[in-house]
Order: sequence, then structure tokens, then C-alpha cells
Amino acid sequence: MAENDKKEYWRWTESNWKNPDIRWKDAEYITLGIDVGSVSSQAVIMADSQIFAYGNTRTGSNSPDSARKVLGYTLDKVDIPEDRVDRCVGTGYGRVNVPFADNAVTEIACHARGANFIYGPEVKTVLDIGGQDIKIIRCDNQGRVVDFYMNDKCAAGTGRGMEVFADILEVPIVEIGERSFQVEEEPRPVSHTCVVYARSEAVNLLRKGWSTERVLAAYCRAMAERICSLVERLGVISGFAVTGGMAKNQGVMDRLMPMIGLEPMHTEWDTQIAGAAGAALIAYDSCLIE
Amino acid sequence: MNNQIIGSGAAATGFNQQEAVARSLEEALCNAGVTRDQITKTGSTGSGRKAVGMADIMVNDIMAIARGGRYYFNNAGTVIDIGAEDVKVVRIDNDGAIMDFTINEKCAAGAGAFIETIARALETPVSEMGPLSLKSGKRIPINAQCVVFAESEVIGLIHAKTARHNIIRAVHDALASRIASLVFRIGLQEDIVITGGVGKNQGVADSMKRELNLRKIYVPERPECGAATGAAIMASESTLKTIPKAL
Repeated sequence: MAENDKKEYWRWTESNWKNPDIRWKDAEYITLGIDVGSVSSQAVIMADSQIFAYGNTRTGSNSPDSARKVLGYTLDKVDIPEDRVDRCVGTGYGRVNVPFADNAVTEIACHARGANFIYGPEVKTVLDIGGQDIKIIRCDNQGRVVDFYMNDKCAAGTGRGMEVFADILEVPIVEIGERSFQVEEEPRPVSHTCVVYARSEAVNLLRKGWSTERVLAAYCRAMAERICSLVERLGVISGFAVTGGMAKNQGVMDRLMPMIGLEPMHTEWDTQIAGAAGAALIAYDSCLIE
Repeated sequence: MNNQIIGSGAAATGFNQQEAVARSLEEALCNAGVTRDQITKTGSTGSGRKAVGMADIMVNDIMAIARGGRYYFNNAGTVIDIGAEDVKVVRIDNDGAIMDFTINEKCAAGAGAFIETIARALETPVSEMGPLSLKSGKRIPINAQCVVFAESEVIGLIHAKTARHNIIRAVHDALASRIASLVFRIGLQEDIVITGGVGKNQGVADSMKRELNLRKIYVPERPECGAATGAAIMASESTLKTIPKAL
């Protein structure tokens, strides 16, 4: 009974989108990129290197199902028969579990390529903050990887870390950013980087009379500092762009940018589709070669 | 009294340090059959040592742990104090002097918080984690290095119908592995003693024995009192003149 009543503060809206300006039947090649992450999964359908449709869903506990699920969700809005897809590339945490993929490509390569697509060829440093990892990728103007650094061992700064806080503070994760700015004065960051210890610290702060918003501000600042320290390990070269779900959290992003000291690049695209978009483009490249 | 323990007490710190001090002191006085005004010297230690109003001396954690471990086992070579949020490892020489030490206080995956978190996920009281894990004969690896990710992994194991005692043992093994790497950093010197609240968990002690490749590992009856014992001993040795306080 209690399980049904328990509100899921981590829940964000799954989304799918279809490009109204493209007729897929005019395309020479239809390619599909599927990015199965530990927390979310995306599918991007490209018609000759233009995004035709995409979908973004929660991964859940079963990777093979997740690939099929996000594809189904993406195809829901479009009338492409699945067998019309010329090539499919799988990537991400569960890339080996995209059973219908023609081949798998590393998420690093896909993210670089995808960022190059959604941000343009000027992007040189990609900060990808996913559900369970943080990657900093140096790329060239064709979206090829030059260097990278990844941390996938620690939840601090990741989407999961934010979910833990959404849960303990009972704030829907999509509201965290906005509410973290509803403070009189910006507080100091929480003193622990570790999400588990930061959570205990947060509970103590609430007991001491801190508002939820103030605790959120302190946590977002701490996470921004954590992410910044990881970015510094590779170093940033301008154009700097952010991909992944955390790019949508203004509470962290707005605090992070002054620390990095650069204006980030801007995109109209959903930052979570970078990996799948890159995968679909790499699939398209393969079609051209053949 | 005369450097023998006559009473001890412990209480969860919770949100009120002063109250926890008072409660644990009450228990110790009761065990010992003495009253507050019979106490001649008080030593405090731990992260809240300044909150102990009655302390004559404040003792740093490392020294308290070393002295405490040595009190319980006079051949102690390495004392591993496993707390809720940190682990301290102290290596001592034949005379009990501190040779080296190391602390992990940054990451929950190496401390009691790991066990608490998984106990919650398994809906199992922390006190049962030890006995349950000892029923396991199976070794399952936990791939995640982080408690937050390990929790997700454990939920996956639960969905895959993995037996609870095997999961708990896997968690203890993972914790022991982290702590062992700390121990190896400063060098292992037998006899190995475990103190701190997590010392009450026999499953962890068992996993530590395996990880450190030991025939025997020593745990006092009330391991959570290890550092306090050390503080008491150092208070009694302290040459500060103290008038018994009316408390």
C-alpha cells in the first residue's frame, strides 16, 4: 500500500518528437541510433543525416527491453516501418544489449559526434553528465575524439546523485533548478562530496531550520564544484558544450559556468539525445561508404 | 579504575550530541556502580569531542583508537576502527606507539553508511545483517564502487531473485575489500583488531579475515567503545590536576 502512495520525485517526463519539415520517403538512407544509458535511453531516427524523430525514456532494470521500448516510443509518432531502417548503431551503457543493432560503437565516439551535430563544428570540449557517469571529451571540428576523461565510479555530480536528493527533499527533480534559486542569499556548498554523506548533511541542515530551497542551493553548488574539478582534469578549450540530462538542471549549470569561466554553447535540441544522434550519424557514414 | 574497565555505555548520536553523551554515560555509570561525582578524570574523542562538556582532555581519534585497541588486545599491531562515516587504520609497534595511520572519510563505500543504505534497501535491520550474511556460502561480486550505484545493483539482484543472505555477504565482501586496500596502504601488522560500531557485525569481521588473509581477527566485546576506552586511559594518565566536578 505504501509503495503505491510513494511519490517518485526522480520522475521526469518521457518525450518523443517528430520533425514536421522532413518527409522520410524522400531520404536515401534512414538510420537509427539507440543509446541505452543506466538511467535513460534515447533513440534517434535520421533521414540522410537530418533528425527525423527521437524519443527519450527511462531505462528501467532490463537493457534489451529498454532498447526496444525507446524505439517503440519513438516510432509511435511516425509512420516509418521498422524494416525501412537501413542501418542501426547501438551505444551507451547497455550497447551490447541493443539486440537489433548492426553494430555497437563506444559512447565516447557517439557523444563527440552527436555534440558536433547538435552544437555545430565549433564545439571542442563536450561535458556529458549522464545518469551514472561524467565524461569530458575533447573533439575536433568533425566530431572525432581527440582526448577524454570519464568518471563512472562515483555518484557525486551525476543524475543519480540528483535523484537521491530529489527523493530526500521531496522535490520533483525537474523543479530542483528553479527552486534552488529561491534563496535570500547563496549559501556555502554542502561540505561533503559523497552523495550519501551529503544526504545526511542535508537532513541535519533541514533540522537546523534551513529551507528546502537553501539546502538545494548548497547541494547544487557542491555538485557544480565537483563537476568543475573533473572538467579541470582534462582542461577546457572553448567552444564548450554540455550534453546529457544534467544540462537541463539550471541549478547546477548556472553555478558551474562561472567556475569554468566560459560561456557555454547553446542548442535548441534536447541535450539528452547527443549519444543517439551521434550513433545514427555514424550509421549514416557506414551507409555512404558501402 | 586502576586501568581496568568497570563499566561502559553507548548510544546512537542522532541529532543531539549532548543527549547522546548523557545517555551513554548513564549506562556506563550504571554498569560500573559508581556515581558521576566519583569520576576523577574525563577524556573525550571523536568528531564531536568538543561537545563533551565535562572533558578534562580531548584526545585525537587516532591515539584513542590505538590505545583502546591495545587495551583490549595487548598484542594489537593494527587497529581498524570502522565507523558510520569513516574508517581509520592505525599501525602500532610492540610498545604501542603509532607507526602509521590512514583515514577514509570521503566515501561511504568504505564505511558503515554502506551497510546502513543496503540494509534499508533490503528492509532488514542493521543488527541482522551480520548473522544473515554468515549463512551465505556463495560469493557474488558487486561491480559498483559507489554506494548509490551499489544500491541500484542490489535492487537488480533482488529482482533477479538472489537470496538475501548472499546479497548481504556480497556487500560485506565489497566493504572489506575497500578497507583492506586502506590497510595495505600502511602495511599490515598482526594482531589485527577491529573496533568501531561496524565491528559488531560478525559478517564484516569474517569478510575482513578473508580479504586480509588472516587466521584470526580480534574484536572486543563492545567494539563501539574502542576509542572511548582509549580516551579514558589517556585521561587517567593525564597529569592535569582536576577537582572532581559537580555535574
